[in-house]
Order: sequence, then structure tokens, then C-alpha cells
Amino acid sequence: MANEGVNQGRRRFLTGTTAVVGGIGVAFAATPFIKSWEPSERAKNAGAPVLQDISKIEPGQKVSVLWRGSPVWIVNRTKAMLDTLPGLKDRLRDPDSVASDQPKYAQNIDRSIKPEWLVMIGICTHLGCSPEYVPEIKPEPFDPEWKGGFFCPCHKSRYDISGRVFQGVPAPLNMVVPPYKFVDDTHILIGVNPEDKA
Amino acid sequence: MPKLNMLNKIQMKKLRSFAVAALVAIAASGAAYASEEGGGLLSANTKVSNIASLQRGARLYFNYCAGCHSIKYQSYSRLATDLKLSPDEVLSNFAFTGAKIGDQIVSNMPADHAGEWFGKVPPDLSLEARAKGPDWIYTYLKSFYLDPSRPVGWNNTVFPGASMPNVLWELQGTQVAHYAPAKPGEEPAVEKLELASKGRLSGEEFDETARDITTFLQYVGEPAALQREAVGVWVILYLAFFTFLAWLLNKEYWRDVH
Amino acid sequence: MASVFTSIGNWVNERAPGLMPVYRKHMTEYYTPKNFNFWYYFGVLAIVVLVNQILTGIFLTMFYKPGAATAFDSVEYIMRDVDWGWLIRYMHSTGASMFFIVIYLHMFRGLMYGSYKKPRELVWLLGMFIFLALMAEAFMGYVLPWGNMSFWGAKVIISLFGAVPVIGDALVQWIMGDYNPADATLNRFFALHVIALPLVLLLLVVLHIFALHEVGSNNPDGVEIKKKKDPATGKPLDGIPFHPYYTVHDIVGVGFFLTICAFIIFYQPTVGGWFLEHDNFIPANPLVTPPEIKPVWYFTPFYGILRVIPNKQLGIVAMFASIVLLFLLPWVDRGAVKSVRYRGLGYKVALGLFAATFLLLGSIGAGLTAEWIPKLFGAKADVTSIEMHFGWLLVVMYFCYFIFLWVYTAFGLEKTKPVPERVTAHA
Repeated sequence: MANEGVNQGRRRFLTGTTAVVGGIGVAFAATPFIKSWEPSERAKNAGAPVLQDISKIEPGQKVSVLWRGSPVWIVNRTKAMLDTLPGLKDRLRDPDSVASDQPKYAQNIDRSIKPEWLVMIGICTHLGCSPEYVPEIKPEPFDPEWKGGFFCPCHKSRYDISGRVFQGVPAPLNMVVPPYKFVDDTHILIGVNPEDKA
Repeated sequence: MPKLNMLNKIQMKKLRSFAVAALVAIAASGAAYASEEGGGLLSANTKVSNIASLQRGARLYFNYCAGCHSIKYQSYSRLATDLKLSPDEVLSNFAFTGAKIGDQIVSNMPADHAGEWFGKVPPDLSLEARAKGPDWIYTYLKSFYLDPSRPVGWNNTVFPGASMPNVLWELQGTQVAHYAPAKPGEEPAVEKLELASKGRLSGEEFDETARDITTFLQYVGEPAALQREAVGVWVILYLAFFTFLAWLLNKEYWRDVH
Repeated sequence: MASVFTSIGNWVNERAPGLMPVYRKHMTEYYTPKNFNFWYYFGVLAIVVLVNQILTGIFLTMFYKPGAATAFDSVEYIMRDVDWGWLIRYMHSTGASMFFIVIYLHMFRGLMYGSYKKPRELVWLLGMFIFLALMAEAFMGYVLPWGNMSFWGAKVIISLFGAVPVIGDALVQWIMGDYNPADATLNRFFALHVIALPLVLLLLVVLHIFALHEVGSNNPDGVEIKKKKDPATGKPLDGIPFHPYYTVHDIVGVGFFLTICAFIIFYQPTVGGWFLEHDNFIPANPLVTPPEIKPVWYFTPFYGILRVIPNKQLGIVAMFASIVLLFLLPWVDRGAVKSVRYRGLGYKVALGLFAATFLLLGSIGAGLTAEWIPKLFGAKADVTSIEMHFGWLLVVMYFCYFIFLWVYTAFGLEKTKPVPERVTAHA
């Protein structure tokens, strides 16, 4: 045991290099374990795009489809419903959907590809409840000037018929629009973007 | 100091020879796979990373095997990814009517019917290549012969009494068996198989066909093999480099020890 | 940066002043003989494998579903659908076999250099308990995939307990919780495999290391380094601090070992049916026994003893005795000299024969001899009879090792060479 003549610089360099290379190795070795928590192939397959026939949905009617474990609403909106949208601007928190989550092609006043067809994830952006569909344009206990839309029973958040959130409720953002496309006039595929608007 | 270096060297040499011996033993046991399963198996000579062979094999599988056998642990979507096909190609070429891309690949033959037709339900083939080995499958596919004593009219030298007819007979042609002289009190044993009538393919072409199906089933047995073999090189290279660094570090510190 | 670490260190030290002395005792002031050779890597490698098994095991538990109807499918789910699940599973299955390779070499090292002798009897005993716990752990882990080998392996091994007089049959049913290995069996084995036995193993490993560090490590010369201390410092003359000298030394061995493991995991994960058996890719089927029913390779030497003895009770007794005798080794061997380097020729020959016997019993247990015999003696050879007689010879040789060792050492028959005062390498 003798420490004279030891090249401390070389020793420190080798220790450092081995530690760093070893550390990189540990980080790489940890990756598979972390990645194993990602949705598995099976979960992804279960979350595959869902095809929905919309030819049987009457005007004013709402249909719920399960996609990735969440309800996706498809609403066949009437002309009267759509006419309520422009007048609500001052009462809404994010009327132009600037901060909200929707595909680019659905960032418009009716938040959809074709105005009469609303496709939206039916989950309140407050704490994840599923709001009720209250389409009639008539005074409601929770809103005397109700123009039709969605009302969340959990914490009284209100949305218009495009899923845009009103001011003065706990929900921070408009409801989320998923990617979807029209396969033909009577079928919607939920979960993929239209080819021309990816 | 020279003595220490020598000792270090001897140790490294011992380590190295141990590692080499271990690797040789492992490789040999892998190679012994075929012979272990009993003599007479042909070498399938498959390569799972051969995508073209996999694609041909998939086509053959869905044309000739999928009617009866399921591969329930395999999904269409995984097939598309690994075989470098688009989901539409997979669905239109392979899938049964109504199947979705996320579905598992199950046969559309009702199980109770299968039992009636063949005497037993055709087994799921997801893990056939892992349980029996690719050589077994390859040889099995090539070893059917006409045997009127069997209910389906076919028998197989690798799997005597197989309940399955030779679905590839149009391609291969039909083989008949030549029997060795029977010992008293024993069934005559098949000595060799001979092609009685020609099929659409030549002998070599049919070998290729059997190999493609085998490759496909080998892939289905372990889809991860593609990723496994691709990643492995880098892991081993990294570890070798790390070990080298550690060896330098060790040598540096052990200069203290006299 | 360095000062941050120092101040954190000081903060901890002020609040837990007992920590640094423990660290010093086991690392920087644990004086280790400087003449360790190749055989001294396997202790640390065993720890590496243990950590690997625990880590990968925890992750497998997140995806595996115990239960006769779900287990097999969930393993395939891990192999195919979970991101990198195949890697985690192969690391675990390869780790199981590597564990035994490492442990067997570690034990053989103990035999070679007399590491079980006074004052290290307790270290050896704790090590043997680790070996027992490890065998139980491995067996139960092997049942979990619920393949056909899992099922029949479980059935055969559990049936061994049927040989216990009077209560045998009741005991077997109690272990299985059914009339055959079934859902109940799988669930209790799962609980034992993932929590009960790992706790026992960890505790035993800690005790094994503490017991070792009380008396200090043996070495290839079998010299007690504590007997020759530097009068000035009181440190053993042939000892060097474990840290940094043996930490850097062990990192090299670990790197080498992991490279070999990586080769297996990525290029030969089943090792031709030795690490993962072909028949275990077939789901458990109580109606069809696999053509060749045998345990995984690491149990085959003991299974070989069971197999060649044509009496159920006797076979089982012999098998358990073969393990019990290993526990008693420190008291069977009365010789004063530890290392094989300075022991009599009789010991060298006996140890070599014992190792060969162990391997050959393993080949019988694994069914290898049944393949070799026709090649050696021609196709007409009576395989069963030759294997049986050869097996008896091996069983006798196995037990003779212990008898010979006792007679050889207790009656002063061993002619040893003089043991040096100091260790020989690095002198």
C-alpha cells in the first residue's frame, strides 16, 4: 500500500468517465421499465379509431360512443341550435377556443368540420364528470337565459351547444374535440384526422 | 509491478477463456435445438428478419392455414407494423370479414364443427414454433403422405396419426410412403417418402414455400425477436466498452497494491 | 458541486452519527485479502442477480395475472403487448438460471478454499439456508407461467411430500389446496414467490454478509490475514480496503458478467430449451404429460439422485440427505488446512470427483445420459439399465465424498503441505 507516485489526475479522470458511462447505462436500462407503463399494444388496439354510422341520428339527437374509455358525443345540430352560437360570445370564457383543446380544423365557432355535426369528448374540463345534454332553448333553474347546451351536475359548469364554457363556472376550458373524419356522408371515424388536414 | 501486471493478465485471460467457454456452450446448446427434438428433422434455415419471406409466409398462412388454425396472441395491427404493410393491406388481404385492425387473429371456424370434422379442434398456432421448433414445422409441412388407413386419408412421418390433411398438396403434389420390411408383431415403419404425382411447384419451390410458412410461424411465436436482435448488438457493445473502462480504472487503482 | 455534497453529508452525519461507522466497517475499513482470484467474483455477482430479479420481478408483477385461467395469457401479454415486456421477462428468466450458475460456482469456491471452516461456519450455514430458500423461490417462480412443464413440474415436486410417513397424502393436498395443482396452488405460490420468500432471502443475504464481515474474508491461500497486522497501524498486512480496491475490481467482473447475460438475453433467451423449456410454451394441460418430464437444469443433480433410486421413500430421503450433508460440511471436514493448494492429494482427487459426480448426476436428471448411452454403447444398449447402474455409482460417490472427508481428516490420514505465513500473490 503506497500512495506515492499516484497519478491523481488520471485516477480522477477514469473514475469520472466510468461513473458517467455507467450512469448513461443505468439511464438506458431504466428506459424499458419506464416505457413498460405506456398503454400496451392491447390498450392501443382497444383505443383504435371507432367507426360510427350517423345516418340514423335525428336532428337534435345526441348519440354517445365509447372511444379510449371516454364518451364521445355526436350531436346532429339543428339550424336553430347553430343560430344561438354567435350571440353568446360575451358570456363565454374562451369563445374562440384559443386556449382549448381541439384539432385545428375544429377551431371555429361551431367547433366542427360540418356545422350540423358536433363531435366532442363528453367530459367536463373541470374534474372529469360527464355533463348532461340540455338542448331546449328555454329558461332553466341554473340559467334563466339558457340557449341549449350542456350542464354538468357535479359542479354546475355550463357549456353552449358547441361545448364552449360559460363564464362564472368552475370549468376552465371548452370541452375537448377529438380527431375525427367523415369517411363518407353517413360515417364518422373517431380517432383519426382527415387526410388533407393532418 | 511487473509481477502484478502479469497476475492481472492471467486473471483477464482466465476471465476471457471462461467467457468464451460459456458463449460456446450457449451457442452450441442453441444449435443442438434441432437434434435434441429427435433425429431426422430437416434444417428449416429460417431468418425472422427476412421481411419478404415473412410477407410471403403470411400470405400462405392466411390462404392455407388460417381457415382452421387461430393465432390468437397475434393482432392484425402488430402484423401490419412488423411486416411493414399498411393496415388496409393487412385487412384486405388477410383479415376475415368484419375483422378490425385491432383484433386478434382467430379462425372463423366454429370450434365444435372443427371437432366434428377432424376428430379434434385444430390447435392455436401462436406458440407452435416455440414449443416444437422451426425445424419441426418445416419438416412436418414436407412430410405428409397418402395413407388410406387414416380418416382424412393422410398421414405424416414427423407426427404419425396427425388429424390434419395435407392442405398444401396442390403445391407439393402427393407423396406415398415406402415401408421397410416389418418386424413380426410390429407395424411397418416408413422408410422414405416418394412423390407420386407432381404439384404446381417444383421441389425447390415447395421447400421455399414451407420455409416461408415456418418463418412466419416463428415470427408469430415471438414477434419481439425482431426488436430483440436489433437492440442486442448495441447493448453488448456498450457493456464491452463499459467493462473496458472499468478494467482501466481497476488497473489504475491496483497500482497501489504491492 | 462538491461542497453541496459535503454539506448534505455533514447534515446527515449530524443527525445519524451511526451511519458512517457502518459504512467504514463494511467498505473503506473492511480489510480484504489482496490475493483474491477469479473465484471471488461470484459473491458480488450473486448480489447483482438478486437485485435484477427483484427489480424485474416487481415489474412483471404489474402485468402478470395469477390464476389458472389468466396466467399463461398474461405472460404472452407481457411478451407481446407490453412495451419492452419481453426484455423484462427475459431478464428475469435468464437471471433465474444465472443465479444458480453463480451460486454453484460460489459454493464450489467455498469447498476449494475451505471457506466453510472455522471461524466461518456461520457464514456457510447462512449461505446454505440462502441456497434452500433460493431453490424454493425458483421452483415456485417456475410454476407461475402455468405452461405444461409448470403444471407437471409442480405436480411431481409437490408429490415428493407424499413420501412423508402417515400424513403424506394430506400434506400434498394441503400444499396444493386442491386435488391437483390448480388455481389455488398458483395463487399461493405467487404470494410466496413475490413477497414471502424474497423477504426471507434478503434477510438471509444481509445476515450472510454481516457474518462474513465479522470474521473477515477467506482467500485462495486459506491464510487468516488478521494474524499478521502492521504493528504501527493495526491493519492486516495482507489486507486492502474493500473500497476502493475491490469495488473497482468487482465492477470489471460485473461488466463482464452482464455482457455474457446480454448475449443470452438478446440472442439465446431460451438457451436451446435449458433456460426456458419448449414444453412450457404449451398451456398447462392436466390431461397430457410432456414427453420428457424433468425439472429445470439447476435442480437436475438432486433430481438425478431421486431418479436412479428405485424406491420412492429411499429416493426422496437420499435427495434431501444430499443437501443436509452440505450443511454439515464444516463438521465433517476436520482438517486444519483450508485451501486446496496446501491440502493432501486425497482431498484434491476427492473434490474433483465430487464436482464431476455432481455434474454427471445433473446430466442423468436432465435426461442427457439417455442420449449419450446409445452413442457410446451402440443403438442396442439397454439405456435404462446402464443409466441406473451408472447412477447408483454416482449416488454412492456423492455420499462417499463426505464419508471419505471425515475419515481422511479425523484420523490424520491427510498429508498436507506447509501453509505460508502470508498470502502468496501480490507478495
